[in-house]
Amino acid sequence: MAAIFQGAGAAAALLSSPSNSIDSKKFLFSPRRSFYVRKGASFGVVRSDGSVNLDLNPKGRRAQQLIANAVATKADSSTASSSSKSGHELLLFEALGEGLEEEMERDPRVCVMGEDVGHYGGSYKVTKGLATKFGDLRVLDTPIAENSFTGMGIGAAMTGLRPVVEGMNMGFLLLAFNQISNNCGMLHYTSGGQFTIPIVIRGPGGVGRQLGAEHSQRLESYFQSIPGIQMVACSTPYNAKGLMKAAIRSENPVILFEHVLLYNLKERIPDEDYICNLEEAELVRPGEDITILTYSRMRYHVMQAAKTLVNKGYDPEVIDIRSLKPFDLYTIGNSVKKTHRVLIVEECMRTGGIGASLTAAITENFHDYLDAPVMCLSSQDVPTPYAGTLEEWTVVQPAQIVTAVEQLCQ
Amino acid sequence: MALSRLNCFSSRSANLLKTLSSAISLRRPISTDTTPIIVETSVPFTSHQCEAPSRSVETNPKELLTFFRDMALMRRMEIAADSLYKAKLIRGFCHLYDGQEAVAVGMEAAITKKDCIITAYRDHCTFVARGGTLLEVFAELMGRQAGCSRGKGGSMHFYKKDSNFYGGHGIVGAQVPLGCGLAFAQKYSKDENVSFALYGDGAANQGQLFEALNISALWDLPAILVCENNHYGMGTAEWRAAKSPAYYKRGDYVPGLKVDGMDALAVKQACKFAKEHALKNGPIILEMDTYRYHGHSMSDPGSTYRTRDEISGVRQERDPIERIRKLILSHDLATEKDLKDIEKEVRKEVDDAIAQAKESPMPEPSELFTNVYVKGLGVESFGADRKEVRATLP
Repeated sequence: MAAIFQGAGAAAALLSSPSNSIDSKKFLFSPRRSFYVRKGASFGVVRSDGSVNLDLNPKGRRAQQLIANAVATKADSSTASSSSKSGHELLLFEALGEGLEEEMERDPRVCVMGEDVGHYGGSYKVTKGLATKFGDLRVLDTPIAENSFTGMGIGAAMTGLRPVVEGMNMGFLLLAFNQISNNCGMLHYTSGGQFTIPIVIRGPGGVGRQLGAEHSQRLESYFQSIPGIQMVACSTPYNAKGLMKAAIRSENPVILFEHVLLYNLKERIPDEDYICNLEEAELVRPGEDITILTYSRMRYHVMQAAKTLVNKGYDPEVIDIRSLKPFDLYTIGNSVKKTHRVLIVEECMRTGGIGASLTAAITENFHDYLDAPVMCLSSQDVPTPYAGTLEEWTVVQPAQIVTAVEQLCQ
Repeated sequence: MALSRLNCFSSRSANLLKTLSSAISLRRPISTDTTPIIVETSVPFTSHQCEAPSRSVETNPKELLTFFRDMALMRRMEIAADSLYKAKLIRGFCHLYDGQEAVAVGMEAAITKKDCIITAYRDHCTFVARGGTLLEVFAELMGRQAGCSRGKGGSMHFYKKDSNFYGGHGIVGAQVPLGCGLAFAQKYSKDENVSFALYGDGAANQGQLFEALNISALWDLPAILVCENNHYGMGTAEWRAAKSPAYYKRGDYVPGLKVDGMDALAVKQACKFAKEHALKNGPIILEMDTYRYHGHSMSDPGSTYRTRDEISGVRQERDPIERIRKLILSHDLATEKDLKDIEKEVRKEVDDAIAQAKESPMPEPSELFTNVYVKGLGVESFGADRKEVRATLP
């Protein structure tokens, strides 16, 4: 945890340095074509330290205007900075819980199913307090039977309910793979459009602190080929709440990947109702030299590396892709067209991971704009070992990111 | 002499009455007569952890004739599908239901369209019983646009949302948790309906079934699990696959009922009983003792693991359509000729539907990408990579 906060602090220091002015007005008036800039929650990281950038509020209202031009965004930012709503501070797991609670209040069809989500309050406290508030029929403690309760959630979704199924650890959802692949993903298609499956499947995954091989799995690589589902990965309290709400409201089945190590991130988020677009990537740090694409926990490793890189004189553009299926090739493409170099940093395995698909997508679509081959840094293709040092070497570390950037930018 | 003449006279008038009544019934091919008739089921019910319902089933001429017509239609439809498959108009997998029609028809008679039914891949007849048309069936089997799933599902993926028929599933046993989920949704919305989750003797050994049963019993869901036991899981006989082939007992703490699945009236009685039970006491298992004449699917001749004598024996002694035919004839509800006429009518209906289905076009190429995601998000699907993001959420 300390490392991450350190990274956040570093990012804060980084962002407020004059060499890359994050003055909203400046980069919105970028003379290049209609480069659509999304203000990312990296400013959230900054904000938690106190440096002010209040232009985050328009994000929710902006869900309606996606292909905004500079003027529109500017207007938003000016109104936002004039409003003195400062929001409230909370941790990522609380943000998820808040999003879930608001959606359950808003729509009586939303229910939560999972192991220990009710009376226990959730193994990561995401669903704390919901059972006392909404009752046993809406917050359901299931027995340890992933295959069947995921199937039951899908069956209930076919009739119009909107269940949120929690896997206590993403790895356990492998037991429900059949239900997720065949029934969740495909029923809308095989029924010729008769049934929609507005289910949300969520849970923590990723490499934690010495949890062992079976509890450190990254399932996004296994699920990515299932047609019909959408996958998103949250990384900050702001986008966690926004993505949770958007996923619940979406008519498509959505798998929301959380990360075990990010649950205690603190951030100030707006008071008002907002959602994050499920298919949008987030610009964490604008830059000119190289595009670094990342998601979930690796975002913080990248931002830590970015601090070192800036000191060495590089100007990386960091994008948190957030939407793992489908990729936001619009944002990514615009970035590639600007920087001409791409580095992907992910926590998935090298073989068949999200990075592999993203590399293929970028090469296919933006080959002409690339000055160097796409480089992908992923976890090693090994079961995650228990020993701390070994575990550290399984995932990508900031030093490796720095080396990779230097290599690409030669 | 006078007596005999009197007898002769009365018998003649009786004959006259008989011909009159048959003449009347001729004018109304499906009798609208609803005077109750009490029929005894072929065998008594065996129960586990509950009281078996009575053997006497109340029915009426209209219902019996409807049973006959519907089952004849289903039988004809499945035979026609067989020929279409051999003519290579239907490809892939085709699992035929002939022999098991009584289960679909009897269940339908006991419930409403608000109750949900979900079944596995042997779903053509259940779909028709739920209100699907023959055109939708044949068009879907042949992969045409007029099919119930627009040609994109195939034999194993028939669905009819407006009559609460949830399919149509290819993976063995996966529909049972879905069915319990339907029951959960019914309990959630408090609408006093039940869900029937059908599965076969092969699927009865799936773990997810017991998981779902446990959850349903815990949460008191109105779920009725129906095991259509045709005694063979593809090529494996039930005694080779299950240590305990008494599937109605396998629920342990969940009550069960064993029913003669070739007797439509027994099925109707059992489903009615099960619906009442499930609404009050939670899940119940019904085991329908039935039989399929065809093999598991069209690629299975069906005779390598069972003898032809067995198949023809069942056909002679327990055929569901013959049973209803005998009932109708013995109660004088219609003549032999009437029933033959119904069968001819049904045959024509099936042939017409096939002809119409053959005229329906194949799906457009753009249909490949529709219904992957729900539209209205403004999103087209071209694989994992989309070139543009154009989405708004409510």
